Amino acid sequence: MTEKQTDTAQYTLVVRNMNVYYGAFRAINNVSLNIERNKITALIGPSGCGKSTVLRSLNRMNDLVNGARVEGEVLFHEQNLYANDVDAVEVRRRIGMVFQKPNPFPKSIYDNIAFGPRINGWKGTKSEMDDLVERCLRQAALWDDVKDKLKESGLALSGGQQQRLCIARALAVEPEVILMDEPCSALDPISTLKIEELMMELRQRYTIAIVTHNMQQAARASDYTAFFLMNDQRAGELVEYGPTGDLFTNPKDKRTEDYITGRFG
Amino acid sequence: MTTLNEDVKSGLPQGEASRRNIASRRRKGAIWRTIFLSATIFGLIALSLLIYNVANEVFGYVAIEYAVDPATLSDKPLDELNKDELVAVLQGNMRKNAFRTLENEKPMANRSDSEVYDLVVERVLKPQTLETWTLRDSWFNKAAIDAQVASDFPEAKLEFRSWISTSFLTTPMSSDPLRAGVRTALLGSLWMIAITILFAFPIGVGAAIYLEEYATDNRFNRIIQTNINNLAGVPSIIYGMLGLVIFVRTLEPITSGRMFGADSGNGRTIVAASLTMMLLILPIMIINGQEAIRAVPLSLRQASYGLGATKWQTIWHHVLPNALPGIFTGTILAISRAIGETAPLIVVGASTFIVTDPDGPFAKFTALPIQIYNWTSRPQPEFAHIAASAIVVLLVMLLSLNAIAVVLRNRFSKRG
Ligand SMILES: Nc1ncnc2c1ncn2[C@@H]1O[C@H](COP(=O)(O)OP(=O)(O)OP(=O)(O)O)[C@@H](O)[C@H]1O
Ligand SMILES: [Mg+2]
Repeated sequence: MTEKQTDTAQYTLVVRNMNVYYGAFRAINNVSLNIERNKITALIGPSGCGKSTVLRSLNRMNDLVNGARVEGEVLFHEQNLYANDVDAVEVRRRIGMVFQKPNPFPKSIYDNIAFGPRINGWKGTKSEMDDLVERCLRQAALWDDVKDKLKESGLALSGGQQQRLCIARALAVEPEVILMDEPCSALDPISTLKIEELMMELRQRYTIAIVTHNMQQAARASDYTAFFLMNDQRAGELVEYGPTGDLFTNPKDKRTEDYITGRFG
Repeated sequence: MTTLNEDVKSGLPQGEASRRNIASRRRKGAIWRTIFLSATIFGLIALSLLIYNVANEVFGYVAIEYAVDPATLSDKPLDELNKDELVAVLQGNMRKNAFRTLENEKPMANRSDSEVYDLVVERVLKPQTLETWTLRDSWFNKAAIDAQVASDFPEAKLEFRSWISTSFLTTPMSSDPLRAGVRTALLGSLWMIAITILFAFPIGVGAAIYLEEYATDNRFNRIIQTNINNLAGVPSIIYGMLGLVIFVRTLEPITSGRMFGADSGNGRTIVAASLTMMLLILPIMIINGQEAIRAVPLSLRQASYGLGATKWQTIWHHVLPNALPGIFTGTILAISRAIGETAPLIVVGASTFIVTDPDGPFAKFTALPIQIYNWTSRPQPEFAHIAASAIVVLLVMLLSLNAIAVVLRNRFSKRG
């Protein structure tokens, strides 16, 4: 019990011996991982090693995949997210997600932000909602770009702006954790930098886990890094996990070193 | 064009051979293009023939004999007279008793201009068609027609007639083709379609949502799905027989309106026909709805779930609005099919001769295709003309529905 309490004081999410299956195929093999509060954790590894699968397991988005099954524990405030009495809807509100391809709703910018609070039973006046929308857009560094066109479609924005809109939308339901699956892979370098700056900003209030294929991004913009690799059965395993500086300058595992120096992958 | 590495051995054709290869590929493309063009032209020819055939019957010369020459009735042409003058004509050319009977049925003061005009035609002029000609003959053989009229019907007047007219739309069925109209059939079709949509849309969309979003992929649901797919191909007359057994006979207390205090004698009413049509188009609507729902991108659902939306909230706020344009298009297509269906209506017993407007869901009725079917089976040539006119009405109705579908689809997809 005491051990668990120290866990949750320091760690927002604690993954213990997690296996993930797609039907009969084991995509993730025995992963244990502690995600630190108010830090940015990067998940890296070659394509197909299961980074997205791990990320989706952290807020039960895998429930939406037919045949997906998770074994083991994911603890969030000492509560196993996969316990029977836990509602995935509640989990996803408190652990938000930003996807690889910007996916704003085909609605106005304003409604994109307001949707989350509304469906979660938000009660407040119109002007309170206006404030909320403005606050989220400011936090996502998008306010100045869109303040004059809140009624326009979210799809009319540039790719980078759309992705920031998706981040703002995720913030609007007041999550504690934000999971990002390659949020910059569809963006140009300038937009990428903007999103990275934004993550640094958001770190003060949120815990962030991000999947990336960009080594520089992981090195620059994360506090911790987890390196995954497929084993012989093509199941993803956690090879090395630690503070980003250590992992990149002084990897303990030969395979990590090979990967980050670009010798395979 | 010279190749970059002439010396590299390649499996690809080089130089002259490459040029010949490209030319041959182009030729193949051109052949296919010609085939597709011919297919399009064939379709256009078929369509033109249809329009030609219909137009040929709808317009043309008619030799009409009047009991009284219209020119002798008044110094102005009849259709320029106002109501009072028309009443005067009527009074002056009818027996007193007959006129009084009319006045008692409905006072002249309460009748509209066109009603009085119709009375003049019906009671005074009493036109009779002696011979009709198609548009083609009227156009190219005017001299021959004139000669024939002069020799065969010296008393008759030759008039160029459009068989489709406002009075054709507004007068009910009649055994006299000159005065028959499609009012009853048009109203019957509209009533039937309205009620069909009322039932089929919610049921179809609901079933599509259930099958696409909720039904798990098990044996039972797969059997249901296969059955729906097959039902879409069942001949319509079989639905007619199903409708006869279920709606006309078994549910007679409901479909005859007895339970609602509007008894129409038996179950051969608009509701029974509408429900039968609903059965007929439901499989198409469900399949189409499922396709529209499936086409909603996964990323949109993920975004919604990722914010803590429940399944129903995701369906209601994102899946349905985005599937709606597709659902509308499919609905209209299904409805178009229902409008033109004749066989099930015959089986469930639409009336073939009825002059009273349908006044509600439990009314006896007839419908446009029934009317057309009925008229085309008459031997007198006049009926071919009004059948063609009714076909035009039906086609216009279908085109308007499609136009509505396009407008709705654009409206709803623009919201995005
Ligand atoms: N919906 C699914 N159904 C079945 N198998 C899946 C599904 N999603 C992923 N997989 C499998 O699970 C394994 C891990 O996939 P995942 O998408 O998590 O990899 P990834 O590390 O995110 O790859 P990438 O870097 O290319 O995004 C792969 O072998 C993949 O084929
Ligand atoms: Mg991935």
